[in-house]
Amino acid sequence: MDFSLTKEQELFLQMIREFAEKEVKPIAAEIDEEERFPMETVEKMAKLGLMGIPIPVEYGGAGANSQLYSIAVEELSRVCATTGIIVSAHTSLCAAPIYEFGTEEQKRKYLPKIASGQWLGAFGLTEPNAGTDAAGQQTTAVDMGDHWLLTGSKIFITNAAYANLYIIIAMTDRSLATKGISAFIVESTSPGFSVGKKEKKLGIRGSATCELIMENCIVPKENLLGQIGKGFGIAMKTLDGGRIGVASQALGIAQGAMDETVKYVKERKQFGRSIGQFQNTQFQLADMDTKIEAARWLVRLAAYKKDMKQPYSIDAARAKLFASETAMEMTVKAVQFHGGYGYTREYPVERMMRDAKITEIYEGTSEVQRMVISAGLLK
Amino acid sequence: MNIVVCIKQVPDTTEIRLNPETGTMIREGVPSIMNPDDKSGLEAALQLKYKYGAHITVITMGPAQADKVLREAYAMGVDRAILLTDRKFAGADTLATSNALAGALRMLDFDLIITGRQAIDGDTAQVGPQIAEHLDLPQVSYVEGLQYDGQKLFTIKKSTEEGYQIVEVEAPCLITILSSANSPRYMSVNGIVNAYKREVEIWRFENINIDEHKLGLKGSPTRVFKSFTKGAKIAGQLYEVEAVEAADIIIEKLKEKFIING
Repeated sequence: MDFSLTKEQELFLQMIREFAEKEVKPIAAEIDEEERFPMETVEKMAKLGLMGIPIPVEYGGAGANSQLYSIAVEELSRVCATTGIIVSAHTSLCAAPIYEFGTEEQKRKYLPKIASGQWLGAFGLTEPNAGTDAAGQQTTAVDMGDHWLLTGSKIFITNAAYANLYIIIAMTDRSLATKGISAFIVESTSPGFSVGKKEKKLGIRGSATCELIMENCIVPKENLLGQIGKGFGIAMKTLDGGRIGVASQALGIAQGAMDETVKYVKERKQFGRSIGQFQNTQFQLADMDTKIEAARWLVRLAAYKKDMKQPYSIDAARAKLFASETAMEMTVKAVQFHGGYGYTREYPVERMMRDAKITEIYEGTSEVQRMVISAGLLK
Repeated sequence: MNIVVCIKQVPDTTEIRLNPETGTMIREGVPSIMNPDDKSGLEAALQLKYKYGAHITVITMGPAQADKVLREAYAMGVDRAILLTDRKFAGADTLATSNALAGALRMLDFDLIITGRQAIDGDTAQVGPQIAEHLDLPQVSYVEGLQYDGQKLFTIKKSTEEGYQIVEVEAPCLITILSSANSPRYMSVNGIVNAYKREVEIWRFENINIDEHKLGLKGSPTRVFKSFTKGAKIAGQLYEVEAVEAADIIIEKLKEKFIING
């Protein structure tokens, strides 16, 4: 067993940290405050290959793997969770399912645009009445002979409004329940497709989260992703991969909060000494550091298993459950350590605390992760 | 066009430890980076490559671990990387270093040689100019910017203490570049993935045709008498005053030290 980073991973870490520090961190507070989607960062990331890390070079990607991808999302989220989820939703929820379930023709048509970052991708599963109960899809897709007709709406869609391509889950035969669900590749310019209201959120405020509306939306016949009736499985497998992304995001948020806290407790003086000199601080920091490191290895293991083509669904659920709850706990502690200053927007920890909460909710709530993990135990 | 960029791996920190006997730096255990001026030199070469087409070779002289900066150069987009490494090169001052590098450069085709102005560990700014002298090449140092006519002529903005000079120089030539000349690109993800799959050529003493006595410690006329960590000269004075009064105090002190007239 070797737990050390490879030379490539070390080189990548050097690059992504420098990129995060110089290009992402300086605008993190601003995009949060203004609820502004950082398109300029997406363009910079596209140039470096960060929008298609695990996609093979022949399809326009960087030809790396899930581990480098996970490190990227972690390091970006360490300074800006919004940027982390833009990459994660784009890569795990749009590029990955096309790569894994698409026909050769679909891969040739869409992946070069997506993996190069020329196009931004998104994923539409959630509906007003289909959250954790994702099988309760109301959106329908009707076979019109030479095309599909999609009708319905999706909510809370990350990257929406800026995305050019969407993976849309819809019901093709309600009588078959989950076996009547199919997946589609839908271009944003499709007739009948539009983006609805933008959500006002607690955290990840730079990320565009919107409603999608499909009114007799025409989708070409060949844009069915995978086989008809296999959409539910595609969505669940896609979310398995997405959980590695969100777990990496949560890990990054936790680490970012830790970095800020360590810096602060060394500087902040009360009762004549730095608050880092109090044993209460030291013991809490030790516990925080230990949890973050535990989260890190759960995330690394899930990414490793995905790269090794081993089953990783439970590993991803564990990683996401633990990393997201760790992120929430660490950011609350970070704010507490910062006291009154931490509650202000002068310091980044309040933003990190607001950003952390969503990691316990999207791409499967913590409760869903517990269902996945326990189902593995009790089968 | 063939461009050779000379780069150096340098310690990433001001916390440099010195060997008290030889007065040379202990490199082990100190994080290392590509020297900032050299990185800008590499960026200048890459910009020429993507605008006019060029083959870029990077060369570094150093211990085995200097391999890492060559991998970084690959990940940024260079075509060939050479590590000049041999025990006979160890302990070199600027003269012995430039002898070794010039020896290697004679084995290569080049229209343009780029070096950084100076390395952050030694701060001598000597190696680039010395290489040009050994190779009898025209040189322009302290380069802030350059333009190329696509044929043979470089128009160069050269930084001086007074301002700038615009000079023209024909290939083949050598320039030493400042880190302020450009913002070096990041390594690309695919570049990183392939960096360790590519070959770094190892060149040793036998590969360059240079007299052993001109290399390494033997070929280094520089003698270090003493190395020490520079301490703070005197404790600073602290004034807790309003801004206007603070400005007056600063002006007074600057006059006292004849830094400004008045």
